[in-house]
Amino acid sequence: MIDELLAVLIALAGGLAGGLVGVGGGVLFVPALTIFLGLTQVEGESTSLLMIVVVALVGAARQNAYGNLNLRDAALIGVLSPLGVLAGVAAANEIPQRALELSFAGLVLLIAYELIRRALSQTPD
Amino acid sequence: MPSSRTLKLAAIGTAAGLFSGLFGVGGGTVIVPLLIFWLAYGERLATGTSLAAIVLIGLLGAIAQGGIYGNVHVGTGLLLSIPAIAGVVLGTAIQQRIPQRAVSLLFAALLIGVAVELIVR
Repeated sequence: MIDELLAVLIALAGGLAGGLVGVGGGVLFVPALTIFLGLTQVEGESTSLLMIVVVALVGAARQNAYGNLNLRDAALIGVLSPLGVLAGVAAANEIPQRALELSFAGLVLLIAYELIRRALSQTPD
Repeated sequence: MPSSRTLKLAAIGTAAGLFSGLFGVGGGTVIVPLLIFWLAYGERLATGTSLAAIVLIGLLGAIAQGGIYGNVHVGTGLLLSIPAIAGVVLGTAIQQRIPQRAVSLLFAALLIGVAVELIVR
């Protein structure tokens, strides 16, 4: 019962993060499904994809109502992503996983730095 | 020749797919900052557009995993989607009421969390 309640709370937090910053929430859905509901890692990641679709659909509809959606650009990004997925899966099998994780962590930190620098140099809107 | 704007969008789509293929990290981590940096999107427009792109990306993945490999627990996923939907409706509503730069700072905090998770994995 406690496990189910925690899974519900984490799912709520995942959706909240999705709405606030425009990500799918999978970072939180996967542990909710695996740690608290007993799914295996593969099942958790796959089921999380279903939740991401539902959450992103509702979130995109809400943002569209607020006037914050460019459907043409979104379609182009979405349609071309499978090419990248294939390349990513192929690369993951060629390059040591640890080196990939550390270089991506470095890239992510660089993006975070740039976002913070820009946000702090802007005048408030 | 496609316009440079179209090429940038194509690059964002490919990069988003690349990183989900490599790390299982959702495309939004890549889409939102690149829309802001390369296409001068405001934070709210970037997050809304990212969510719509994620619908397509996630749908392809879910169909592949569910239809081909049978790994999707549909009932559990839909049930747990109920609180997640409540979260996303609340999150988008809150986002309209805070400054755009605050969205950038929240996003940066999320990225730092992702980086830490990748490092300690």
